[in-house]
Amino acid sequence: MAKTALQFQHNGRDVAIFVDGGTNLLVALRELIGDMTPKFGCGQGGCGTCSVLIDGELHLSCLTLAETVAGRSVETLDGIKDGPNLHPLQRAFADNFAAQCGYCTPGMLMAAKALLDRNPQPSRAEVVEAISGNICRCTGYEPIINAVLAASSGGRARA
Amino acid sequence: MPVTVKTFTSSHDAAAALSSDRSARYLGGGTLVMRALNEGDISISTIVRASDHAMTRIDASGSRITLGAGVTFARILAERDLGFLHGPARSIGGPAVRNMGTVGGNLFAPVPYGDFTVAMLALDAVVSVQGGLGGREIPIDEFLQSRDRQTGVLVLAISFARPGSTEAFRYRKIARIKPKGGAVITLAAHLPVNGSRIVGARIALGSMAPTPIRARAAERALEGRALDASTISAAAAAAVEGTSPGDNALASAWYRREIVGVHLRRLLSGQE
Repeated sequence: MAKTALQFQHNGRDVAIFVDGGTNLLVALRELIGDMTPKFGCGQGGCGTCSVLIDGELHLSCLTLAETVAGRSVETLDGIKDGPNLHPLQRAFADNFAAQCGYCTPGMLMAAKALLDRNPQPSRAEVVEAISGNICRCTGYEPIINAVLAASSGGRARA
Repeated sequence: MPVTVKTFTSSHDAAAALSSDRSARYLGGGTLVMRALNEGDISISTIVRASDHAMTRIDASGSRITLGAGVTFARILAERDLGFLHGPARSIGGPAVRNMGTVGGNLFAPVPYGDFTVAMLALDAVVSVQGGLGGREIPIDEFLQSRDRQTGVLVLAISFARPGSTEAFRYRKIARIKPKGGAVITLAAHLPVNGSRIVGARIALGSMAPTPIRARAAERALEGRALDASTISAAAAAAVEGTSPGDNALASAWYRREIVGVHLRRLLSGQE
């Protein structure tokens, strides 16, 4: 079966790949682009570890047909750090022990980034809501919620 | 296994492609079809898409509301005129699922999903579909009864009358995991009032049958009466009539039958 040419922006960089029909964005990112930061968890939209931002909106890459991102901007965890400097959210996750096994962390960070990009000073309830599509089996969520609040502008002002 | 992806600018062309190929599925937000592909569903060999802007239109300015089938739950939450639907929209998935999942796709979501469709059923919505032989409008309860046979048609939009007051429309989803989780049961009620009497009561239940269903015995108990304690008790006692819930990891059929009347009572009484 013929492959389809696909061009989009990956973390601000133009990329062009050929995908098989039905390929999901997660497979395209990991196997064709080489960006291993979004993880495969359930493949059903239940766990959130494959979360990425498409045109700034949180999406599940495992449930996104790769062809639908043609001409659009896809942002993954790989793109949020600034050279060797961690993003404030990554720093806050480390400081608050918000990662244990780490498998949920890429999705948690992208869900948190989607929240803080549109609401720099969220309430605790808004943080809980924002990460409600992401499952963590290690931390019990509290350190993650604390980390997102610490990385928010309100949290940084208190620090 | 690779599948063929066909993208059309017109919904009519997409509907024609869908109706001519039994192994074709329409891809809306992806939360059902991509999930099936990820699970290795070999019955799907073609994916049909449409980039028709009419399918993502919201017309909520008047008394009759029309939602394009491709409208996402996140867009409903951003629409001030659709405030009465924010509860049903917010009860679905997490933020990512709400950015992707659509009103049209929700019509096909199996138990324990499809919560928004329960709200649509209580509002007596009409589903606009385009098939190989042309377009038609189907009452939502009729559409749901024949849902398994609707895979060859393209849902274009769903429309319904705006409830007369905020009190007239009520919604409740019972889930074990909050704020996100599959439904134990879902309830929606539309209770238009003429004077002090309910006229045209609609009670819809999710996860109480393979598709959302109307609780017609409970509706009869409400019809023409004031919403007082005895009417609510009669409706709650009748809620389980005609239901056929199944067992799943969230709840047993027995448990669902036991609690449906309890939650209908709370919904009608306005209890949290």
